[in-house]
Amino acid sequence: MSTPFYVSPQQAMADRAEYARKGIARGRSLVVLQYADGIVFVGENPSRALHKFSEIYDRIGFAAAGKYNEYENLRIGGVRYADLRGYTYDRDDVTARGLANVYAQTLGTIFSSAAEKPYEVELVVAEVGAGPEGDQIYRLPHDGSIVDEHGSVAVGGNAEQISSFLDQRHRDGMSLAEALKLAVQALSREANGNEREIPAERLEVAVLDRTRPQQRKFKRIVGRQLTRLLDADGAGATPTDAPSDTEEPEGGSTPAAGTDTPAKDTDGPAEGTDGATKE
Amino acid sequence: MEANTRSTGRLPAAFLTPGSSSFMDFLSDHSPEILPGNRSLPPLQGAIEAPHGTTIVAASFPGGVVLAGDRRATMGNMIAQRDIEKVFPADEYSAVGIAGTAGLAVEMVKLFQLELEHFEKVEGATLSLEGKANRLSTMIRSNLAMAMQGLAVVPLFAGYDVDREKGRIFSYDVTGGRSEEHGYAATGSGSVFARGSMKKLYRDDLTEEQTLTLVVQALYDAADDDSATGGPDVARRIYPIVTVITDEGFRKLNDTESSEIARAILERRLEQPDGPRAALL
Repeated sequence: MSTPFYVSPQQAMADRAEYARKGIARGRSLVVLQYADGIVFVGENPSRALHKFSEIYDRIGFAAAGKYNEYENLRIGGVRYADLRGYTYDRDDVTARGLANVYAQTLGTIFSSAAEKPYEVELVVAEVGAGPEGDQIYRLPHDGSIVDEHGSVAVGGNAEQISSFLDQRHRDGMSLAEALKLAVQALSREANGNEREIPAERLEVAVLDRTRPQQRKFKRIVGRQLTRLLDADGAGATPTDAPSDTEEPEGGSTPAAGTDTPAKDTDGPAEGTDGATKE
Repeated sequence: MEANTRSTGRLPAAFLTPGSSSFMDFLSDHSPEILPGNRSLPPLQGAIEAPHGTTIVAASFPGGVVLAGDRRATMGNMIAQRDIEKVFPADEYSAVGIAGTAGLAVEMVKLFQLELEHFEKVEGATLSLEGKANRLSTMIRSNLAMAMQGLAVVPLFAGYDVDREKGRIFSYDVTGGRSEEHGYAATGSGSVFARGSMKKLYRDDLTEEQTLTLVVQALYDAADDDSATGGPDVARRIYPIVTVITDEGFRKLNDTESSEIARAILERRLEQPDGPRAALL
């Protein structure tokens, strides 16, 4: 008969936190930045199919670092939460703050329950406002806390170093091309101080663009448009530039203005959209 | 009703259950009472008086499809609403027009739009046009109990099939049975007259502009013979809702465009009240 060990609650929690942090640190970092027309998500992701960023609702986007199956689960839960709330009340009643709260409660409960293993994820929930002052970015670490971020945020393996790099260089009102270049610069810094090259095809980029005429502001930036933005000299490139011929359907342009409630008037064609050609 | 935050505030298990990409499936797991199909009416004497929408017409042309509807809702012999909208975008490449009980129809459309958007967000890809048409069948079928009590919803679904590169039209019966229509289709109380009108005017080589005129002609003819269908209301500037879906997506004509078509038809009808004459042979 062996007597069970006594583990102090502090020690138990510290162990769980360390376990979660290690899991998150194994994931690649990603950054979320505010720019003049909205919020941009940039991450290194060799996969074209397994996304780190996703649309949750009209103005709300989601980013996650860590264990794919766990954050995918939370992402779908968030989409269900948002869609149900919008259906029950109105599309305007779905907010990033509400969603971040629910995520925080969920992560916190899982983290402190002895029966479940802690989730190895760190989330970012962002909402684009009518103007830059209305933008909201929430970072949700593994333990259920919420951090209200401004300007720029990094999560994942090398987050601290990348964060401090961004904090020094990020300023309000950057163009998309500038913000994107800064993000790639930040991501290519390694823990030992060296820099490495991240080619465009290994980047996953998405924006919440407040200037889009559609209700759904989330859009992936891929293919030619991404290359053009990376090559731009930091001037004038906007996400509504020109159609990119390799558009992904998800969060693609929905010219269906007024898909909120059928009783509302719908607008005409969306001008200058991203021309989602889906082959 | 919404994310039930019970004692802990965390997302309930149904939210984190992997598997289904359907919002309706999720609802039936989590809060089935919200789904329209799960409501039942007590036994009634006679029909319920509720506003009804009437005529929807659709016609395809090379490169797309047009869906249009009049603006009248009636309750018995009363005009319940003069400017109701019965044609809505379902998603980027499809639209739905509704005839039948207006309140239920609007709710059905809202849920249908959400179903398509939800699938797109969860899966990262859109449903095929056939898939969308089948989802609508399921929704109409779930309303059968209400339909038996006189609260039927009979939509017309039109969309641009990006795989086949053409516009397609699906009509439904009250039990959710769907059939693909070729060329043109109509639903609602004035549909008989609208179909007769289009039968004489439709050709499969019409341009987009000609097809827009065709559907408004058909709505005019429907309003001419069916009291529940409203014609263009020039005094109040209420004109039919006309939408076009092509490879560029869904587009709704604005008031100016819609009124131009309706006024041009009106001008001609002042000379020829019965509209264009077809050849005898």
